[in-house]
Amino acid sequence: MKTLQELQEIRERMKTCLCNREIGGVFAEADVRAHILVCGGTGCTSGNSKKIAEEIKAALIETGLDKEVKLIMTGCFGLCAKGPIVVVYPDGSFYQHVKPEDAREIVFEHIKGGKPVERLLHSEKDADGAHKAINETSFYKSQKRVVLRNCGLIDPENIDEYLARDGYKAYEKVLTAMSQLEVIDEIKRSGLRGRGGGGFPTGTKWEFAHNSVSDTKYVVCNADEGDPGAFMDRSVLEGDPHSVIEAMMIAGYAIGAEKGYIYVRAEYPIAVHRLEVAIGQAREYGILGDNAMGLGKKFDIELRLGAGAFVCGEETALLQSTEGKRGEPRQRPPFPAVKGLFGQPTLINNVETYGNITQIILNGAEWFASMGTEKSKGTKVFALGGKINNTGLVEIPMGTTLRTIIEEIGGGVPHGKKFKAAQTGGPSGGCIPASLIDTKIDYDNLIAIGSMMGSGGLIVMDEDNCMVDIAKFFLEFTVDESCGKCTPCRIGNKRLYEMLDKVTKGTAEMEDLDKMEELCYYIKENSLCGLGQTAPNPVLSTLRYFRDEYVAHVRDKKCPAGVCKALVSYKIVEEKCIGCGLCKRNCPVNAISGEIKQKHTIDPAKCIKCGACIARCPKGAIEK
Amino acid sequence: MSNNFVGTAEQDKAFDEVLKELESVPGPLMKALQKAQEIYGYLPIEVQTRIADKFDVPLEEIYGIATFYSQFNLNPKGKYTIGICLGTACYVKGSGDVLNKFKEKLGIDAGQTTPDRKFTLDATRCIGCCGLAPVLTVNEEVYGKVTVDDVDKILAKYND
Repeated sequence: MKTLQELQEIRERMKTCLCNREIGGVFAEADVRAHILVCGGTGCTSGNSKKIAEEIKAALIETGLDKEVKLIMTGCFGLCAKGPIVVVYPDGSFYQHVKPEDAREIVFEHIKGGKPVERLLHSEKDADGAHKAINETSFYKSQKRVVLRNCGLIDPENIDEYLARDGYKAYEKVLTAMSQLEVIDEIKRSGLRGRGGGGFPTGTKWEFAHNSVSDTKYVVCNADEGDPGAFMDRSVLEGDPHSVIEAMMIAGYAIGAEKGYIYVRAEYPIAVHRLEVAIGQAREYGILGDNAMGLGKKFDIELRLGAGAFVCGEETALLQSTEGKRGEPRQRPPFPAVKGLFGQPTLINNVETYGNITQIILNGAEWFASMGTEKSKGTKVFALGGKINNTGLVEIPMGTTLRTIIEEIGGGVPHGKKFKAAQTGGPSGGCIPASLIDTKIDYDNLIAIGSMMGSGGLIVMDEDNCMVDIAKFFLEFTVDESCGKCTPCRIGNKRLYEMLDKVTKGTAEMEDLDKMEELCYYIKENSLCGLGQTAPNPVLSTLRYFRDEYVAHVRDKKCPAGVCKALVSYKIVEEKCIGCGLCKRNCPVNAISGEIKQKHTIDPAKCIKCGACIARCPKGAIEK
Repeated sequence: MSNNFVGTAEQDKAFDEVLKELESVPGPLMKALQKAQEIYGYLPIEVQTRIADKFDVPLEEIYGIATFYSQFNLNPKGKYTIGICLGTACYVKGSGDVLNKFKEKLGIDAGQTTPDRKFTLDATRCIGCCGLAPVLTVNEEVYGKVTVDDVDKILAKYND
């Protein structure tokens, strides 16, 4: 158990250490010459970053520098496309695509020799031709990191580093200087809205839970991030688990709860591990427990693991699953704030929502409300993926345009292809066409154009993606994940999927498109929970913006993007063919004939449209 | 479904301890199933029956939970589980073709295990390393930027 005084001493001591991770900052530790940060997020770990850290450590010991250099495994830096990432401070050298065998070179050349390893540095350079430091690169420059403030900066498994970033100061503040209602009022005035997708005002939710009268109440964190392509919450949990724990403690004080549950999906082993470590350390310091931080309130947190059901991201289903039951949603009202976990009033927020709380308490509601648009305050984290150069995690102020995200931060679409659409909100969201690229991203604008914020997945698509196929992909996901409790979702989405399947096979009629639209609205209006109510969105939004593609499939029996196999036929353009025979040799079904140096042809009856010939042809002579 | 499943003495002992620990935990059923799967590798009906008896709930409730969640296995898995990510980012980069290649090579469908219990093939949801798309995992090993041409090489690595 640490006293407030002792916690403050740790903060002061560790601040000296952490200011070494500011570029150009004065190196405050006399006997330390560098900090080496290795990304320990899921993406970079998959790229073997643990081994990189081991190799760096071995090389440091070999050079005798291990006492003078700190090696830290952090959470996600965000620029996953360039991973594994290693950053060296104080100069902020930003190494990308590092391999374990590069570790020695970094230590010997850079740390010992004082010369950064040129070939591994991020390629962006400034006007003088010098490689840019990490914070100067176009990927980071336009970002505003509030929720991700500690990700890629601190060691998430060391509570002292979190303390140095004013950790657990917000909890101390609310317990010593604010009433429950003042806390709720602060959150309300900040304008924070739920980051899990719905966008409900967070302060109002807290107020409801506070107003429910009961001896037992619960605080729950929804960490069941299931949208395909979304990894915001995972990165927060992996990179800064204490910020979520502290926010839940503040929420517990505000509504009068002594127990919190974090429901996290089992597919996130690193996040689960770091949460376990963080909870353990917080208990050891007496931050969690019967007398939290010695300030007179009891609060503890238990982890509950999911088991692979997307519907559990819906709050009533999540509460069922937290109780160890089948994760089936139930009707609201009663809302969880009235009757939630184990039948008691329950406050349930998403990871990213909690990630904002300590900063609002410490910096004030006005500071938070100064960022963003009129009705959407603060920042939003997006997981950028798909056909984009800088795949990764970005945090931008609300109101940033899609263009800034895609062209500036995301570095544009690869291979010079044309941007076609962005999909937000996962299976609940919709596609934003290229014509709306200047849309300012906030809750209300996205709904107005037929998509939604969702939890933050942002998938970029180029001219090679078929929008009917994309809609079908999302619907297949929802059909698979529908829990089956209510008929509109269980059967309606299945029928909708079958109609889409007909479209992609060229067997649909024009009137099917109208039927599909009607069915979409029926499902939206009659489903029990958010999963069914939003499932038709990908179909509706593509019908709205890409109806011509649907029409091409139905009327002309053509897939303009060349994706839907039933509607594609391959042919060799005679003028371009040089008769090299590569396509013929690589065709798995011997569908191509022709003599060397003669024009080749494809037999459509045999062709399975696998695309092997296109990939091999040196002249781009094969079209579909 | 397995017939007359018998666990080893160590497995049963470990599971007894788990059940004891869970006595004081509210809402213990999923935790019990998760631990059981960790210990036994899958959830034979005999193990489900023990959980039902322990917590005095009908077996169908346990079975209902075990079949609701995709991570619970009622059948044993292969030595190597190949999980091919069909998340959006991987899908748009061609992971569907990779899955088809594995199906063809192993002669099984997604969700099935080869008769020699060597490989289980799974189509998985987004595993979160979209920067490496298309991605697949073989047990804990992650393979990124996989193409159809890599399939043979990957299978060959597990040819023991």
